[in-house]
Amino acid sequence: MKIKLTIDDKIVEIERGLTVLETAKRNNIYIPSLCYYPGLKPYGACRLCIVEIDNMKGCPTACTTYIEDGMVVRTNTEQLQNLRRQVFELILTEHNKTCTTCDKNLRCELQQIAAYLGIEKLTLPFIDKNLTVYEEEPFFNRDYNLCILCGRCVRVCEELRKNAAVDFMFRGIKSVPGTSFNKKLQDSNCEFCGACVDICPTGALLEKDFKESFQPDKVITTLCPYCGVGCSIKLEVRSPKSEVRDEKIVRVIPDIDGPTNYGQLCVKGRFGIKEFVHHSERLTRPLVKKDVVAQFIGLDKSSDYKSFKNTDFVFVNWNEALSLIAEKFSKYKGSDIAVMSSAKCTNEENYVIQKFSRAVLKTNNIDHCARLCHAPTVVGLAKTLGSGAMTNSISEIAFAKTILSIGSNSTSTHPVIGLKIKQAVDNGAKLIIINPKKIELCKFAYLSLHHKPGTDVALLNSIAKVIVDENLQDAEFIRERCENYEEYLKSLKEINLDETEKITGVKKDLIIEAARIYATEKPATILYGMGITQHSHGTDNVFAVSNMAILTGNIGKPSTGINPLRGQNNVQGACDMGALPNVFPGYQSVTDEIIKQKFEKFYNTELNSNPGLTLTEMFKKAYIREIKAMYIIGENPILSEPCSKHSECSLTELEFLVVQDMFLTETAKLADIVLPACSFAEKDGTYTNTERRVQLLNKAIKPLGESKSDWQIVCELAKKMNQPGFEFQTPSEIMDEIAQVAPIYAGISYKRLKEKTLKWPCPDDNHPGTDILHKDRFSRGKGKFVPVSYTPSVEQPDTEFPFILTTERLLYHYHTGTLTRKVEGLNKLKPEELLEINPLDAEKLNLIDGNFVKVVSRRGDVRVRVHITENTPEGTISLSFHFAETKTNVLFSNTALDPVSKIPELKVCAVRLEKT
Amino acid sequence: MEQWLLEILNTHKNNPDALIPILQKIQNKLGYIPEKAVGHISNFFKISASKIFGVASFYSQFRFTKPPKHSIKVCLGTACYVRAGAEILDSLEKELGITCGGITPDKKFGLESVSCFGCCALSPVVVIDNKVYSRMTPQKAKKEIKKLRK
Repeated sequence: MKIKLTIDDKIVEIERGLTVLETAKRNNIYIPSLCYYPGLKPYGACRLCIVEIDNMKGCPTACTTYIEDGMVVRTNTEQLQNLRRQVFELILTEHNKTCTTCDKNLRCELQQIAAYLGIEKLTLPFIDKNLTVYEEEPFFNRDYNLCILCGRCVRVCEELRKNAAVDFMFRGIKSVPGTSFNKKLQDSNCEFCGACVDICPTGALLEKDFKESFQPDKVITTLCPYCGVGCSIKLEVRSPKSEVRDEKIVRVIPDIDGPTNYGQLCVKGRFGIKEFVHHSERLTRPLVKKDVVAQFIGLDKSSDYKSFKNTDFVFVNWNEALSLIAEKFSKYKGSDIAVMSSAKCTNEENYVIQKFSRAVLKTNNIDHCARLCHAPTVVGLAKTLGSGAMTNSISEIAFAKTILSIGSNSTSTHPVIGLKIKQAVDNGAKLIIINPKKIELCKFAYLSLHHKPGTDVALLNSIAKVIVDENLQDAEFIRERCENYEEYLKSLKEINLDETEKITGVKKDLIIEAARIYATEKPATILYGMGITQHSHGTDNVFAVSNMAILTGNIGKPSTGINPLRGQNNVQGACDMGALPNVFPGYQSVTDEIIKQKFEKFYNTELNSNPGLTLTEMFKKAYIREIKAMYIIGENPILSEPCSKHSECSLTELEFLVVQDMFLTETAKLADIVLPACSFAEKDGTYTNTERRVQLLNKAIKPLGESKSDWQIVCELAKKMNQPGFEFQTPSEIMDEIAQVAPIYAGISYKRLKEKTLKWPCPDDNHPGTDILHKDRFSRGKGKFVPVSYTPSVEQPDTEFPFILTTERLLYHYHTGTLTRKVEGLNKLKPEELLEINPLDAEKLNLIDGNFVKVVSRRGDVRVRVHITENTPEGTISLSFHFAETKTNVLFSNTALDPVSKIPELKVCAVRLEKT
Repeated sequence: MEQWLLEILNTHKNNPDALIPILQKIQNKLGYIPEKAVGHISNFFKISASKIFGVASFYSQFRFTKPPKHSIKVCLGTACYVRAGAEILDSLEKELGITCGGITPDKKFGLESVSCFGCCALSPVVVIDNKVYSRMTPQKAKKEIKKLRK
């Protein structure tokens, strides 16, 4: 119900529950304020938003007074302005700085209010705080001499980020925001998300290069290129003004209207973008190996080509590079060639790449890095539910009653989803963490179950067993919407909780309590990451998760579901687009004759109906020379594939390798031809985030040098190979074609996306998109129980290799580090790989923090510094895989594959430690 | 974590509002609040370290550095002040070579001023290691310091 009130003689009709300040704001009535910020709780510290309200004593602050029916508010009387001037002068006594020498000059909220109040002369004396400026920290400086104690930074860190890295220290005139014991931010629990910098009204918290972003020429709203959350960001761009000044992204800020992030970002998105986009190592011209040029155009002429830095590559022009590739590729049969697409490329690019593979190269040998992260999800959930994607939306997490997070360290891998989880806990949700390690979120958890790596099935089956034994299952849901329940019940019979306790190392009572909470406190949602999938029994793990959700009816309703958190920004899209060996776009099987014919007709060419090789298989076949040529786009398998020595050998065995990337990666160095691709900021397109939301990527700057977007390169190559059907002028045209061939994208077009993001399935032009999958009916009809039994991981610790090595991701780096290792501040925060080990194990091996050890597995070894922490359980050690200097993946096996999805075992590996 | 600290924390289990009594108990035991203890409270109650430090630093009763061997408190309350308490403070500053609020480099003496001990009849007073010295003069105060130096 709406209420009526008067503000400055204007009659306003508005819903209840707003403050006077918010009401005024919405009606374009300006009230000065410094401590108010949208999304933060009312605070009433700055006293500038004082107003006069009839029948109320004194001058209440507009930000803490809620509107009432019939209220009469005046915001701009002489008395108020006089009071405000006095209050403002008091604020200024602690802000002793000349504006003209301040970086925030002309963008300072304090300055704007001074202008509004018409402050001419200051009558009160200044207090010189004389505080040292903190300049030792990455990304931004803290100069509390400029601080006016509005508390925005303290409040955003506590209320929105749930981190509380800074708080007010001391009291009275000495009050200042700061960390515990005045430690540097990097030694506190600060995550460098930059939320405090975004909302500081003065120059107290300021990016180190803030000056550069003064009056940007344009601000482009686009998408963050890092994880699968799909945060909306704004790129502030400076146009070229002279020959010396290039077009440049000068600042990245969060988009307050972003549908997944609402103005929040993590450190990678906030500070880790512009440096890699403009990095001096970016490739700007096509490169060809010297000997390939010699072969192609004759040895005598090859000396005309300038070589690239100190490598055996030479520069060629686009025409030469593409002709060379076209000529080489056309020599191979479909079965000789393989294509690696990228989850970093847009939907349009992935679509064009798969079309190129299937229609031009005549091969289904196309795959991408989803094979290494969520292949079991795609296969597993397709079998049990009919669709291998997040069933619910990110925003729903905040309203769940129970959150079961298994095998995911969300605050590091998906920080903005981590934020939603913390918010849910704040709203009263019970968080259950299942993870071998003590992760950041354990601090917020109601229950933490630390199981041995690789024993997920045993644990999840036992939880299900407790649910069934205590009769907590949703019988009606099972009867009406599921099948194969009897079989499943049979499989649970033999489970013994004492046995599980032995296998998993988790106390029986904890398992029972977790089961009770998950089954009874609804809505309950499951979030999982690669801790579930990257196993030799990854698909079984997914089945076990799926069984639990349908057993309790926690699916198809708001804030429930099975939610695999996808790693790459567009890994969902790359799968949707058919950059997989067994499906056409929209998960339409290549073996289905009717679908094949549909695509043959559409592509106007014959297609191959044999499912292609998966990524892991491609490398094996390349090793035995059954794959002779490869086209790798935006991937760095030398660092991401298991058993990196093997993948390196495989690539050198190839007759012909083309790599298309932004940088000369470890993989690109092995290529015959390297094509320079441009970054996300230099192209249009769409990304599909982990919650199936299709969002627009907008071009902010021109491609660097001669680099081109991946879709352009592939289209030009197809044209060189005389294949019609690649005459696209814009990504929008490609999307129109996608809509025609993939039913789940049928209703998606750029015209609609410009107005609103859409979540697939979106089957027609009027369909609003789908927030929740399997609402009334599962995609496959009925939800299927798939009985699974625990099988131990392939490698178990023994006397020779006594430790279990597991892998994790860090907040400050991303994937193989191709992007984040180029960012100075991120390198400062995490300069090198650290092996995490339990103090008890460290003591046995006589190790102290900072010692170097050699980690040896059956396949290789790496040398790494040790970090002793209780977060890692006894007997287990962990590494990330972000650092090229420490190639963690040499340790892992590429033969221990999940039989169904072919994902390698990247979470469990037996190793020993040798002190060096 | 040391046993005594765990005991203190356990007595206030489920009640993070008892932060101030906890801090007081720690200070009673150690004479100050060390960084490590703040870390332990933070982990135990799952509240951030900066919040705890924020609360602790608000109150002047808490200190964050190791206390000196001998603490010297000079009263500057009204009665002591009019009877030349400030002069005693001045002379002690000169004698110890530190300013009010400081600690000598050898960590032996710490000098503070206090606003009334509640024994104005004895003014001016100086309290050294919790023992009250009444009717003080700069000379007497210096003498006491010299005794302690031995």
